[in-house]
Amino acid sequence: MELKTIQTPRVPVRYYEGGNGKPLVFLHGAGGIIPTDPFLDKLAKRFHVYAPLLPGYGDSQECSTLRDMLDFTLHTLDVVESLGLKDPILTGHSMGGMIAAEMAAVAHNDFTRLGLICPAGLWIDKHPIADLFAMLPYEMPAYLFHDVEMGTKLMTAGVALDNPEWLKGFLVMNARQMGTAGKLLFPVPDRGLSERLYRIKAKTLLVWGASDKLIPPVYGEAFKKAIKGAQLAIIPKAGHLINLEQPDELVSALGQLN
Amino acid sequence: MKFTWFNLMPWPYLPDDFREKHRSVWVDIDSRLFDAEKSHEVYNTYMDLLEYAGTLGFDGIGVNEHHQNGYGIMPSPNIIAAGLARRTKDVGIVVLGNSIALYNPPVRVAEEFAMLDCISGGRLVAGFPVGTSMDTNYCYGQIPALTREKYLEAHDLIMKAWHNPDPFAFNGRYNKLRHVNIWPRPIQKPNPPIHIPGGGSVETYDFCIDNTYSYSYLSFSGYIRGKALMQGYWDRVAERNAPDTSPHRAGFAQTICVADTDEEAERLYSEHVLYFYNRCLHVYAGFADAPGYRTIKTIQTGALSQYAPPIDGYAHLTWKDLIEGGHVIAGSPETVRQRMEELIKGLRVGNIFCLMHVGNMPKEKAMYSTQLFAEKVMPKLRHLYPEYADDGRFWCKPMKAQVTPGSLPRAEDAARLARG
Repeated sequence: MELKTIQTPRVPVRYYEGGNGKPLVFLHGAGGIIPTDPFLDKLAKRFHVYAPLLPGYGDSQECSTLRDMLDFTLHTLDVVESLGLKDPILTGHSMGGMIAAEMAAVAHNDFTRLGLICPAGLWIDKHPIADLFAMLPYEMPAYLFHDVEMGTKLMTAGVALDNPEWLKGFLVMNARQMGTAGKLLFPVPDRGLSERLYRIKAKTLLVWGASDKLIPPVYGEAFKKAIKGAQLAIIPKAGHLINLEQPDELVSALGQLN
Repeated sequence: MKFTWFNLMPWPYLPDDFREKHRSVWVDIDSRLFDAEKSHEVYNTYMDLLEYAGTLGFDGIGVNEHHQNGYGIMPSPNIIAAGLARRTKDVGIVVLGNSIALYNPPVRVAEEFAMLDCISGGRLVAGFPVGTSMDTNYCYGQIPALTREKYLEAHDLIMKAWHNPDPFAFNGRYNKLRHVNIWPRPIQKPNPPIHIPGGGSVETYDFCIDNTYSYSYLSFSGYIRGKALMQGYWDRVAERNAPDTSPHRAGFAQTICVADTDEEAERLYSEHVLYFYNRCLHVYAGFADAPGYRTIKTIQTGALSQYAPPIDGYAHLTWKDLIEGGHVIAGSPETVRQRMEELIKGLRVGNIFCLMHVGNMPKEKAMYSTQLFAEKVMPKLRHLYPEYADDGRFWCKPMKAQVTPGSLPRAEDAARLARG
């Protein structure tokens, strides 16, 4: 995958591009894109992948005029248009899935295939989603992984809390990325999507990790019910970060949209 | 120098095993630890203490705003301030302050502060904090990365509401109001003096400098650790070519305990001070600093959140550590005077917020310490910056003739009523 820049109306956007096949847009979750994520490389073996970073993620420029759901939705539609893509397969993970669902609801004639990987965006009182913004790094693996021990190793690799420079770098990155995510997810990750899902015309595939403890699979059922004709694929031995735990299964599921 | 006697209003009945059994004193503190009937006495005792300080020559008595917090049971400082305004005379009512991004619409603050200024006869000193991340983001749900923008808009709206004599429309991003025309208006013109509590944000330094507001650093880590942060502020004052370096441009909160001797201070106060540092400051780290709340610029200056505890926590700190580290200034009047002078000169601060009721300190001890400070310490510190004694920009200007509580009806009205 190659990291490139495209000019969009509001801000230059960084995006990963690579692979062969039908064009597929992938929108990342609140954690951004980890360069070592095996999922995107595997996805690029089946699709021509475009994975834009939200402003503030990675080394990309921030955009202070993105404040609410409509801003992010229109911005990401701008990105798709700036990339010159017509009706790409639209996919997104977690927060990215929330944005993808909004795009497919707002511009409902522009997308015919939609892949939502454990998307955020709904809220069920009986199943409150844990507060990601009040979690300490060491608490996160329990919510994000099926295999918590493996997840802990992944998340703590390279962590040097006793090194002030590392800590400062981490805090800046976290403020940029999670600060941006907070505009859509804080304090409750619901910006009214449930009232717009009826508009989606795209063939929709929902993919959920069976052990997702951040946004439990009951949310998959709720999305399935709200989007006409949607299919729900449950992947065993996967938590919220299916892309890290079961990348092959995830790519294979998304293959249904090919 | 201006001295304000400040009460955070801590809940004094947190159990001995609070740290072990509970993860945080703030945000998700167990509501079952609150006893409403006991609070009746707690509130009234704390208000009595504030009123008592008002009789001893302090320039101000101070209150602040916290939410869902076991060491600050004052979600609405304006309610307390209204009570104090009625029962005191000649002392500043320091509300430090209202978290203006939380009021919807923020003209509510313009109105309530105007009411307090009118009731108190022009004694209000107003504070506009951005609010801690715990209060603003985790308790009141404001989006961290948008909090400052909303705060600045609220400030703009409040100032316009105070200054503009005619109804006006306000088309903000967060507030759309067609007819802003608050009633009543403050006595102090163009507005009460304003203090901004901050925790090291560069943006807040600039905001104070640009608007001639006093910057106050309210931390619990004391004057030795506060030095670097206040120096950052004064460096910024110099960089921005502010017209003067009046010490009244800055304030500092300090925990202070006075007794006859240093030994007596330890004997009388250490358990209450340790209660505060061990139990009241037991804040879950996940609530200290929502990502996006502090700006990148502030993080890059290296300032950790003011609520980030020392790396190894407060719990192991002894009385000796707290005194030597400057967290607490305690001892005989002479010891306290010396250290206060170090603080006032070292930090260059003209406003001291004296935290003199500490943790679960009983009323009698708080009164004893307060009286000793007022009689034996404060007079010797008052004139440390004689060249700025007349700098009135950051303090209230009360009316000359204040009414006496209970003065209605006037004699002639009463006589007329009696005649029928």
